[in-house]
Amino acid sequence: MTTAAHRATPTDPADLAVPASRGGCPFDPPPAYEQALHTAPVTRAGLWDGSSLWLVTGHAQVRAVLADQRFSADARHPGFPFLSPGRRELVTRATPTFLRLDGAEHARQRRMLTGDFIVKRIEAMRPEIQRIVDDTLDRMIAGGSPADLVSAFALPVPSLVICHLLGVPYEDHTFFQSRSTALLDLAAPAEDVGVAQRELTDYLRELTGRKRRHPDESVLGRLAARPDITLEEAAAMGLLLLVAGHETTANMTALGTLALLRNPEQAARLRAEPGIAKGAVEELLRWLSIVHLGVPRVAVEDVDLDGTPIRAGEGVLCMVSTANRDPEVFPGGDRLDIGRDARRHFAFGFGVHQCLGQPLARAELQIALETLFRRLPELRLAVPYESIRYRTDMIVYGVHELPVAW
Amino acid sequence: MKVTVDQDRCCGSGQCVLTAPEVFDQSDDDGLVRLLHPGPPPEQYASVRLAAALCPGNAITVHDA
Repeated sequence: MTTAAHRATPTDPADLAVPASRGGCPFDPPPAYEQALHTAPVTRAGLWDGSSLWLVTGHAQVRAVLADQRFSADARHPGFPFLSPGRRELVTRATPTFLRLDGAEHARQRRMLTGDFIVKRIEAMRPEIQRIVDDTLDRMIAGGSPADLVSAFALPVPSLVICHLLGVPYEDHTFFQSRSTALLDLAAPAEDVGVAQRELTDYLRELTGRKRRHPDESVLGRLAARPDITLEEAAAMGLLLLVAGHETTANMTALGTLALLRNPEQAARLRAEPGIAKGAVEELLRWLSIVHLGVPRVAVEDVDLDGTPIRAGEGVLCMVSTANRDPEVFPGGDRLDIGRDARRHFAFGFGVHQCLGQPLARAELQIALETLFRRLPELRLAVPYESIRYRTDMIVYGVHELPVAW
Repeated sequence: MKVTVDQDRCCGSGQCVLTAPEVFDQSDDDGLVRLLHPGPPPEQYASVRLAAALCPGNAITVHDA
């Protein structure tokens, strides 16, 4: 716990910006946020639109905000902080899903899906996930070395899995992947994000409408068949699951691979100790924190946050990347150590909005990374490390391409 | 140790099942927490406490004897 003496006077928001520039290491949070973690874990920062908010960087403080219903996830509340023009655009046009709802509205929608993502149901999917990972890797290998790991492996694996689970035709992947990219692009003009959102919504409304008339056993099939949900809601929830279901795991797979290639002793441990994949994935989730811009909330009541008064209507941004490096919880947390107990990380968020698909993401990452490093013991970068382009320009962090040889 | 769960607070994250599978389960229907052992044996105490700490909905309460 940070003592009051450590809480320096709030920084000038102009000095602390969201997003902030990364330092020399692409795996570490921006140095300005790391400094805030050590000096002022609740402080002011400036957003792209000229507004300012509370930047929360410490583990205890992030946990306190995300577990507290007085901090709302509903972006329709005045003062909610938007991370890009596109994010703001989406709130004005999109049907809200449980991601951006509170209380009973949130619970109603989320509980239509919690049964689909329970641990034992996902565990039962492991043979199918393993088959998809092996088939995808076979195709990458058959295409010859070098290859782009993102387009040949990291993106197709979760796309195939989520299509299988949701009942979305994988043949449409070029369409939905390109629109997902537009949705998550921080620099995209609001109009372009609106168009992508509309096209994806139209697609999912058509698909769920068809499933409503001809129900199947897929997640979307069973959702569409429910009498207590509108087609608009089902389509909006389908869009959320489809985008969240492939973008996050794809980027964790590619960035996790790069992290292991840059820490060869850790990759060697992953190959040598078969049981270590589970812990290795937790540690990679902690260390990389691909939700790099943080989790936004708005206070709907006045709250005292660890000694700092937050007023109703003020925006708050929970920086999970620094909370996941907080030395109070993760001693030596700037080091990647796949043998560490990293389970207290917030890579999936915290509170009632914590990632619904986390058992699926864990299973996919464990199988994908374990299989990749086992089957390709000579896996290495095919380009200079310095030439890799990082997704600092996207809502979900990672690498744009990862050329590898084996 | 006595354990109680509050299904109204449960958001079906599955953290408890991953952390202490002998003590917690999830319903096949709605994914919400099911308590298997309200009085777990001492060798389960550490994992039950961690499960309570990891629960994102604060749905698990541990009452120490």
